[in-house]
Amino acid sequence: MATTTRSERLDIRSSDDVVRVRQITRTLALEAGLGLVDQTKIITAASELARNVIDYGGGGQVLLDVLENAGRRGLRLCFEDKGPGIADIEAALKDGFTTGKGMGLGLGGAKRLSNEFAIVSKPGAGTKVTIARWK
Amino acid sequence: MDRIPILKFGDALLVTIQVDMHDRLATALEEDLTGKIVSASAKGVLIDISALEIVDSFIGRMLDNIAAVSRILDADTVVVGMRPAVAITLVELGLSLSGVKTALNVERGMAMIQQRLDASGSKHGDDDEE
Repeated sequence: MATTTRSERLDIRSSDDVVRVRQITRTLALEAGLGLVDQTKIITAASELARNVIDYGGGGQVLLDVLENAGRRGLRLCFEDKGPGIADIEAALKDGFTTGKGMGLGLGGAKRLSNEFAIVSKPGAGTKVTIARWK
Repeated sequence: MDRIPILKFGDALLVTIQVDMHDRLATALEEDLTGKIVSASAKGVLIDISALEIVDSFIGRMLDNIAAVSRILDADTVVVGMRPAVAITLVELGLSLSGVKTALNVERGMAMIQQRLDASGSKHGDDDEE
């Protein structure tokens, strides 16, 4: 079982909050002992998902946990919004799929940049995306 | 609102991005650069991103847009100084920046722009202060 050694929560409402999400992710990635490339990957993934929360979810929040599991450390981020949700998750994970103004790389890109990826979404009930990167 | 400074350097414009850019700052830079290419008759644009710890799809698209617009305005864009970890992450993200020229550092980027100026026999090449 993974235990949480530090936990942070941040509201995501505006594009300034995307910068804040990147900064806190960097701080916690350092605390989790992630190497430079892993830090860069999870910060980039966090940036994509935070922007998704604003662009498609109408705002929401992120929960960040520094984890420890049998001597192994990692960082888990959980993005949650109460937006319209995603009807076809398969399609949303494909590169180039977008219903907005982006390039459609966010969700699939964030998945590729993470060691763990989970998405729960229902039309009308919002979206929850969880990613983790382990040392 | 904050603005990213644009310096004129011979026939080229030099932009050094030193802050973690929020989206409005990126959009403002795109607009400012486009205006400055015309007002300074610039033939090249160098964007130094060596201070950037990440490039996500938003910043990637900004770089692509700047390159595309400056090409239409007859200026070359070269992105320089990308950190290795950023390059690895960009490729995995799925962003190849295919429309953007890159160089390892400012010096090489400037050489790329100068080469193009020499090849096209630009009159502006004479007042190069190297």
